Amino acid sequence: MEQPFSLRDASKHRKMYQMKVSSSIFSVIASIVGVLQCSGVDWAEFRGPNGNPVHDGTLPLKWDSSGTENVAWKASLPGRGVSSPIVVNDLVVITASGGANQQKLFVVAIDQQTGKQRWRRSFWATGRTYTHPTSSNAAPTPVSDGEYIYAFYSSNDLACLDLSGNLMWYRGLAHDYPKAGNDVGMASSPAIAGDVVVVQIENQGDSFASGIDRLSGEELWRVPRDPRANWSSPVAYKEADGGYTVLLQSPSGLNAVDAKTGNERWTKDLSCGNITSPLKIDDAIYFGAGGTTKLQLNDKGTTPEVLWSANRLTANAASPIVDGGNLYILSGSIIKSADSSTGDLNWQVRLKGRFWATPILSNGHLYFFNQDGLVQVVKVGEVGEVVSEFEIGEPVLGTPAAVGNNLFFRSDRHLWKISKP
Amino acid sequence: MHISQAIKTVFAFMCLLGLSFGNHLIAADIDQLTAVINKIGVKGQGHAEARNAMSELVEIDPTDVVDILHGFDSKNVLALNWLRAAVDSVLESAHQNGKTIPLRELQAFLADTQNNENARRVAYEWIVQLDDSLRTNILLNSLNDPSLEIRREAVTEAVSASLKIKDAQKEVALSQLKTILSSARDIDQIEQITTHIESLGGTVDLTRHFGFLMTWNLVGPFDNSGTKGFDVAYPPEANVALDKTLEGKAGSVQWFEHTTMDPYGMMDLNVIMPEKYKGAIVYAYTTFDSSEDRDVEIRMGCVNGNKIWVNGKLITSNHVYHANTSIDQYIANARLHKGENEILVKVAQNEQEESWAQRWQFQLRICDKYGTAVLASGRK
Repeated sequence: MEQPFSLRDASKHRKMYQMKVSSSIFSVIASIVGVLQCSGVDWAEFRGPNGNPVHDGTLPLKWDSSGTENVAWKASLPGRGVSSPIVVNDLVVITASGGANQQKLFVVAIDQQTGKQRWRRSFWATGRTYTHPTSSNAAPTPVSDGEYIYAFYSSNDLACLDLSGNLMWYRGLAHDYPKAGNDVGMASSPAIAGDVVVVQIENQGDSFASGIDRLSGEELWRVPRDPRANWSSPVAYKEADGGYTVLLQSPSGLNAVDAKTGNERWTKDLSCGNITSPLKIDDAIYFGAGGTTKLQLNDKGTTPEVLWSANRLTANAASPIVDGGNLYILSGSIIKSADSSTGDLNWQVRLKGRFWATPILSNGHLYFFNQDGLVQVVKVGEVGEVVSEFEIGEPVLGTPAAVGNNLFFRSDRHLWKISKP
Repeated sequence: MHISQAIKTVFAFMCLLGLSFGNHLIAADIDQLTAVINKIGVKGQGHAEARNAMSELVEIDPTDVVDILHGFDSKNVLALNWLRAAVDSVLESAHQNGKTIPLRELQAFLADTQNNENARRVAYEWIVQLDDSLRTNILLNSLNDPSLEIRREAVTEAVSASLKIKDAQKEVALSQLKTILSSARDIDQIEQITTHIESLGGTVDLTRHFGFLMTWNLVGPFDNSGTKGFDVAYPPEANVALDKTLEGKAGSVQWFEHTTMDPYGMMDLNVIMPEKYKGAIVYAYTTFDSSEDRDVEIRMGCVNGNKIWVNGKLITSNHVYHANTSIDQYIANARLHKGENEILVKVAQNEQEESWAQRWQFQLRICDKYGTAVLASGRK
């Protein structure tokens, strides 16, 4: 009879004595570190805390791409990517892809202070790696719960690593479901809802959303989705009862599902955009339907009502931002500011270039990065005004991250930290 | 019992007696741990055991890391990533903490091309990270390396060296580039080398190099309204009779032969067919004379829904429309027998009206697992 674990068990016994005392100490330390780590989540998901990239810090209005002004560091990356950086504790974490067919996947952790690489992990993609040339296999933004990092790719590979870079588990979701893929490139970023990592994989083949146990990597649930290409990211939020709801936006509507089971809580059958992602803030949801639509959530968790729809507020790629009473929508190359309670347009400013990245709002300034690497900073108020404009020399397609008075963004092949000396 | 197995058994017995080996897991232990990881299956199967195994593997002494490399098995693409993460964790930690890394053992592992190609790639990456001066010598002898990742770097190095002498020694450079071309397997490198060769006055038969099939018999259109025809088995799927008239979407249709002149073997159905049909299906049929019984990869680029049969066996089905295309977009395994083999392709166009959704085309070639073109017997 096969006894596959006999040697391993013997080895364990041998090591047990040596490790017993140290493991107890380690457990205590790990618990303390875990708590500290959890408190150190700074900008740990696509579009930052709560998916609303509004930052409470003072960032430079201008920097010099040559590194002489306000560039703290600029780190080379092992491959290309359009994903956003996340900041967890003292690490800036970014994904990249390389190789002949972008089959090589990277997760890189950079020291936030020095810009030096702390660790790097490489994997081989197990799903389809083709993308449009402007995109990359490293398109989804990683997410962290402060304890682990979940790196996701267009090829539907999903890796879970601890903050030291140790692999906890690795899933090949297109390996499991071989028709999951889109050769234009997928870009939906994962979300964390309690103990569940949620991915939204919508394409013409195996199209689904799935909840994955964050500790084991095992599938908790999987629900079929329309077999149409979609790049929108799931958004998770906590309910009053402690449970989590996940918003899934796709061309056929907005669905809210229970994060633990995938069971539908409610749905809005409205024609939606397939690139932007919804924004849930306080008791409202803003999403790309009929231009932009605002929903009012209710206490019962039943289907929310539409407060307003504004077809003038049509976003192409960038997702909505809300700061108090102001809603910001990037419509083509026009930034529009509207009253978030009515959808009425306040002002608009035409910018230069084509945009993929959702801007970030910090200290009354919106930071825009266009596809050609032109940065445009707009001061917001009664009107909008472009107060700064400069080139950085590389395309930027991912939303920046910000912590304190520091801005982190990724260009095609570099990760930058911007801050005043 | 093999000698190595006997040795492992003795070691295991010693372990059971509680003999201490310091912090080293012995090779047999590492074999067991990698075996556990190699049992990882789809949808998270085996994760619990694999996670336990990983927690032990990352604690091994770095001098034992080659034992993990010996556990790589490319048949399990998921496990490959777990094992390479273990190797990287062990060596990165050792590197950062100034511990000994077994550079010579890694070099020996890399030098043996019988070892797993993914594992050899990992060894290569660590070798050049530890001592970049070794890179050039390694790549000098790697133009035909089984690891296509290593080979890609070798090609880059070799092209660079040839271009440095192209002005002073044009003929030598040209000869070198042709040799390098025969080694290159990545599309971008093949195209770059071709450009260099042509700039030096040389010629390249790209069509032959890639091995595209150029001549096909076609019949259609059949109905694909609402994309429902994709799963309808029209007569060619049961039997190809080139002389028979069939009932198509717009009346009677007959097989006809077409040879593409496109160097990339593209069959543009919007040009070949009498009309730019929408909601339509065309079948393409050809034969391939193989010099031997062999396994091959059928590689197709197709921006439309498609199915491929080889000798009557369906080998791939992709119901995807207008989501980008490229050479080798779809790769499927097939078995050829010596002599004539039948290849049937179904190409389905949908009814999208956007300007970017009008293409109706395919290109197909036959390769070995490295992407080397397999040519039909007698092909010139």
